[in-house]
Amino acid sequence: MTKTTITLKINGATRTVDVEPSDVLIEVLRDKLGIKSPKIGCDRGDCGTCTVLLNGQTVRSCLVLAVEADGGEIVTLEGIGTDGLTPLQKAFIAHNSFQCGFCAPGVTLAATELLRKNAQPTRDEIKEAIAGNLCRCTGYTPIIDAIEDAAKPANKKTKAKK
Amino acid sequence: MNTCRIETPRTCAEASALLQALPDARVLAGGTDVVVRLKDQLIWPPLVEISRLAELHGMTEVDGWLRLGALSTWTEIERAALTARHADVLVEAAREVGSPQIRNRGTLGGNVANASPAGDSLPALIVLDAELELRGTQSTRRVAVAQFCCAPGKTVLAHDELIVAIWVPVRAGWRGAFVRLGQRAALAISKVSVAVRVLRADGIVQDSRITLGAVAPTVLRVPEAEAVLRGQRLSAAVMQAAAEVVCAAARPITDIRSNEPYRRAMCGELLQRALARLAEPTNPSDPSDPSDPSDKIT
Repeated sequence: MTKTTITLKINGATRTVDVEPSDVLIEVLRDKLGIKSPKIGCDRGDCGTCTVLLNGQTVRSCLVLAVEADGGEIVTLEGIGTDGLTPLQKAFIAHNSFQCGFCAPGVTLAATELLRKNAQPTRDEIKEAIAGNLCRCTGYTPIIDAIEDAAKPANKKTKAKK
Repeated sequence: MNTCRIETPRTCAEASALLQALPDARVLAGGTDVVVRLKDQLIWPPLVEISRLAELHGMTEVDGWLRLGALSTWTEIERAALTARHADVLVEAAREVGSPQIRNRGTLGGNVANASPAGDSLPALIVLDAELELRGTQSTRRVAVAQFCCAPGKTVLAHDELIVAIWVPVRAGWRGAFVRLGQRAALAISKVSVAVRVLRADGIVQDSRITLGAVAPTVLRVPEAEAVLRGQRLSAAVMQAAAEVVCAAARPITDIRSNEPYRRAMCGELLQRALARLAEPTNPSDPSDPSDPSDKIT
């Protein structure tokens, strides 16, 4: 039926794009706007590899229709750390957190949202924050360790004792 | 490729009029259930996207009631001071839903309208004696959540009606708990859930509500188990007796997520876990203070 024109602010740049009413956000990001870090995995909201930030909150871009995002602000992995790697990303590297990379964009955004809202999360809070992002390689431990490390203030040891 | 029509009304009246004019239309709120189902269909129905209706957003306390806009997301419910104060059991249910990304998007009204026997909002809202504000083209009405669902996926909602708000009566001294069991903690639909709310004076149960989710076509309230608690302390023996009653009352089925005997047994186990949590002493300075049920959200 009729195409709709929507406007999105993506990684800081305003983009206008024609979409079908039934286009899902992930398809528009990947196929019409060339943003390839969010992936289509399960395509039904379970795996988390399509995670993007919509208006500051992580969402499943496979479950959001593009027209619903009209006027919204989207940040993908490409928009994180435009001045080089963030401390979180450096911690992921230091811990060898990822192997195949399937979960990495989603986990990075989920952890970014967590650390923005809660600078000193507990290990349980970290687990809860990434509970919707399925990792198929590393068993989560190095991911959780890295997020915990990234949350530590630069020159201080925190919560050494519980 | 699917094509479809999406309407984005700006007022409730516009939305109801659209629904009336489009008999096969579906309402789209957070999309976490609807979009999954649409993907399985070759031809999409017209969609009425309601996320921009201001009246359906926000939480307020009005004349002894907590009003939750139907588009309140699980994340908002999890974090709001008003829900922590007046709807402890709903906050616990909210934490169990999906994953953070689903909770950022999924709405309370949508979960109610879905009328899934396993929907996590329904057992919690029924123990809160919550009511729904339904608005159609002609009128607005209030329906108790307990009377809303008739069968899996079937409700008393007329086609032109929207759930505008969920109203929770504000009651002092009650404390609630929600416990559920899924295949894993996140992203799993409940096999069994139990919601309970108890009013005690000097440790003696004055009144209570007990509901079971996912073990009958609609949420089951178990007044027989509530009767077991009345006038008693929450001792191990009383909790055990109530657990036996809920196991007998449950009408579970065997399906892809679990089987009948296991679900039945777990009703009792989950009720005991929920009651055991409520039996623990609360804030010593104010034994009836439900304002800090949180162990993680600040």
